[in-house]
Amino acid sequence: MTCTLVNAAIKWSIKAQHVCWDLSSVGFLSVVTMLSKKEKKLIKEIWERLTPVAEDIGSDALLRMFASYPGTKTYFSHLDISPGSAHLYSHGKKIVLAIAEGAKDISQLTVTLAPLQTLHAYQLRIDPTNFKLLSHCMLVTLACYLGEEFTPVAHAAIDKYLSAFAAVLSEKYR
Amino acid sequence: MVEWTEQERNIITSIFSSLDYDDVGPKALSRCLIVYPWTQRYFASFGNLYNADAIKTNPNIQAHGTRVLHGLDRAVKNMDNIKDTYAELSVLHSEKLHVDPDNFRLLADCLTIVIAAKMGSGFTPEMQATFQKFLAVVVSALGRQYH
Repeated sequence: MTCTLVNAAIKWSIKAQHVCWDLSSVGFLSVVTMLSKKEKKLIKEIWERLTPVAEDIGSDALLRMFASYPGTKTYFSHLDISPGSAHLYSHGKKIVLAIAEGAKDISQLTVTLAPLQTLHAYQLRIDPTNFKLLSHCMLVTLACYLGEEFTPVAHAAIDKYLSAFAAVLSEKYR
Repeated sequence: MVEWTEQERNIITSIFSSLDYDDVGPKALSRCLIVYPWTQRYFASFGNLYNADAIKTNPNIQAHGTRVLHGLDRAVKNMDNIKDTYAELSVLHSEKLHVDPDNFRLLADCLTIVIAAKMGSGFTPEMQATFQKFLAVVVSALGRQYH
């Protein structure tokens, strides 16, 4: 009898952990409290390093997303998103700089992103599933750029941060 | 049936022929267990998974990672019939191992990232798209026999 209860408790806590990484069902707070001090420091450092190459990182992640998930291109019919285009670089740069800005003080993410929240909710209205797709491609770009330095621990920390970021962005949607 | 262009087939075979299975397999599996810790539930009997370093150096995980990657070979050699190729493995993962099929996608993502880290800018957006298409077919085939 105790065994069943323990098993049920374990199953629930594993499910709960899984839910935390699903941005569509849980908000920013739960994800952020799961980031240790070490992880927040690591995240801040990595995005600081990427700031000088924001254009390259951003445009690379976008290109990967457009190639793997062609549906995402529908949000960019007003821009030239061909490889090497000025629009692609400037837009990619914008995205990476926003992510880097948020990384400077993750506990203040809701404050930092308030204007972008409004933009995404009322103007851009990008379906939030797409945030997951861009986050994944961003991780691939980071892996290509950082190589062995993109350790599993760094990967986990950044994945959690990007989930939190996306959750905050979609907070005003409804 | 899944359609593959000549170029897509070449991309898949070239990626796999460049891999050191004994390195990439363990890296992908251990990364999955570290980034998505709930996946450790399937490896309770594998020994010490206490932290990232323990996972990375665990010999059972290493052996299993290599085995899983070799399992992907079957799909590479039978790209036109991945569905049937994995019918038996799908039953195994469902009936015997009781693995939630969502986990296949998580491991696939980690494998993509390990390969990206190895190949750097050589892992172009086009190669990534093809590789992810391939893994999506594998993941779908593995989940097919669940009921």
